[in-house]
Amino acid sequence: MDILISLLDGIMVALQPINLGLAVLGVVVGLFVGAMPGLGSVNGVAILLPFTFVIQSITGGATSPMIFLAAIYYGAMYGGAISSITLGIPGASTAVSTTFDGRPMALSGRAHIALVAAALASFVGGTIANVMFTGFAPLLAAVALSFGDPEVFALMLMAFATFIGLGGDDIPKTIFSICIGLVLATVGFDIVSGEPRLIFFDITGFSHGIRFLVLAIGVYGIGEMLWTINTNRHGTSMTQVDVSARSIIEAIKEFRHAKRGTLIGSFLGFFVGILPAAGATPGALMAYGVAKLTSKDQSSFGKGNVNGIAAPEAANNSASTGAMLPMMTLGIPGSPTTAVLLAGMVIWGLQPGPLLFTNQPDFVWPLIGSFYVSNVIAVLVNLAFIPVFLWMLRMPFTILAPMIFVLSLVGTYAAYLDMFDVSLMVLVGIAAFFLRILDYPVAPAVLAIVLGPIAEPKLRQSLLFSDGDFSIFFTRPIAGPITMIALILIFLPLIKFVKNKITAKKT
Amino acid sequence: MRKAEIVTAVILGILSLCIMWKSGEAPSWDPSVARFDNIGLIEGEGPGSGFWPFWLSFIMFLCCIWIGINWFRGTSTPSQSNEPFLDAHGQRMLMVVGGGLIGFLIVIYVLGFYGAIPLFLIYYMRFLGGHTWKLTTTISVGMTVFCFFFFDIAMRIVLPKGYLEPLFIPLYEIFL
Repeated sequence: MDILISLLDGIMVALQPINLGLAVLGVVVGLFVGAMPGLGSVNGVAILLPFTFVIQSITGGATSPMIFLAAIYYGAMYGGAISSITLGIPGASTAVSTTFDGRPMALSGRAHIALVAAALASFVGGTIANVMFTGFAPLLAAVALSFGDPEVFALMLMAFATFIGLGGDDIPKTIFSICIGLVLATVGFDIVSGEPRLIFFDITGFSHGIRFLVLAIGVYGIGEMLWTINTNRHGTSMTQVDVSARSIIEAIKEFRHAKRGTLIGSFLGFFVGILPAAGATPGALMAYGVAKLTSKDQSSFGKGNVNGIAAPEAANNSASTGAMLPMMTLGIPGSPTTAVLLAGMVIWGLQPGPLLFTNQPDFVWPLIGSFYVSNVIAVLVNLAFIPVFLWMLRMPFTILAPMIFVLSLVGTYAAYLDMFDVSLMVLVGIAAFFLRILDYPVAPAVLAIVLGPIAEPKLRQSLLFSDGDFSIFFTRPIAGPITMIALILIFLPLIKFVKNKITAKKT
Repeated sequence: MRKAEIVTAVILGILSLCIMWKSGEAPSWDPSVARFDNIGLIEGEGPGSGFWPFWLSFIMFLCCIWIGINWFRGTSTPSQSNEPFLDAHGQRMLMVVGGGLIGFLIVIYVLGFYGAIPLFLIYYMRFLGGHTWKLTTTISVGMTVFCFFFFDIAMRIVLPKGYLEPLFIPLYEIFL
């Protein structure tokens, strides 16, 4: 009952004019960002994070900026489907599996049905995930209140281990990526001893540390854009869409055939989204796979089955809400976008983690309320403005790209008022571009940069407490199992490798 | 791509060793502390200041060796690829876009943001994108004016103006 009252209070705050306006703006920006090929929620959130300081200075709190960023996140999940269906190019990685059936539907003249199914499935997925989030979050936060330093460090180890065990990328490159992120987070002064660390070439700019936004905007504003310009070199043709009121009503009626896919995506997506390193992309792919495997008409998948759109679209929305759960209750982000959101919370003076629910209910519940509000706004804006988004998708990349570059540089300067950070951000972006070509995953590095400043003090305090004995991570009742799971995940690729070798020998 | 894979691994390996060396640096104000004294556990203090970065960069170094082994065995995707690291299009893109970005950065130091933004947008949209002068001018001037009023006037976040600073004094007198 308390949860319900808090939620209603939160929704009322989210419906205040300023917050409602920000949610609408965020959803529109998110829809646009998500729809543009090469840009995803993380790019939008990272590039616009510096601008939220403006919102904070006007509203005087962290709630409104967070509502704005969360709305971008929501909108981007809806937007990804638009380009997947009409261009055949996923607007974001989370919408890759939407292309499988969305594109064939568009090519057969059913683009309007595909677009409406994607929007409605996203809405249902988002709503189911919001209800589960509201139920689970306070419970998980209450459990996490008993966590000490070893438990928190063990959880962080598990977050990184998930990338190694389940990430699917090149393992040494993933580990390298995690470690470089953690190392870069140590640049500056050691908060325990006060000693300077890694001040390269005695450049004073490093003494304040490498700021998170410099890396996030460098990677996602510059590096990703360069990569997109390099890879998307051929022109695309857009499918014509019938967006008359009659066709939209017809498409809404057609949605009844997508119930199964929507429900699979909604539930599966949420639980996959909770896992660090998993997030919306694998959630959507898994939902597509399960929807296909459990279908009586498997052969129609890939040829324009509406369940093949509903399942991944419901899943990516549901997973994006799921990824917020560990971020808000444990202080551990489940995806690069939530890593940026977490960094934003820290910058705005909040301490993410279980105490957030106890100490900052004025922040938490309006934010959760805004999830519900943004979800409704997103589906309405999406359905109402489909023609506008189709028009915007025709914007050449040679206009969009330089504007993003300008926003990246201006945003970085505005955040820290330091030209050194701007220069470093450009260099980071170019380096990220090169590493991306060679399959070095950047998402683990971004997560590591956020978690590094939390993980190191937890490790050091744990070892100080145990007199340097590492068994503290194995002997405590909560830390022990978490550390063991983390170790299993770390060694999972090795176990698979040995198993494959044995199988190969036998055959 | 294959050559780039091993060259990058070697560069990153050297970088890891440099970070290990740098992590062991003793504070300049305490001559009694030797290099690498801080990378282990200190009695009564727990891990030293260099503990975390040193061992992480050590793991990075091991990863580089691992990447090298995978390269030798041809098990990673780039090590199996005969494609160039950057083809002619990629090299040109890097020259004109990456070079343009660095040029943009340098011009900011000279002419400030409000001189560099229109120049960069004209360079990109007109010369790389081939858009009309009308569209290019509208967007470059519009973006610059928006940034000025948003940051300098509305938010009082003063962006660097380089040698163009005197031109903005009358504007400040009008709007501030």
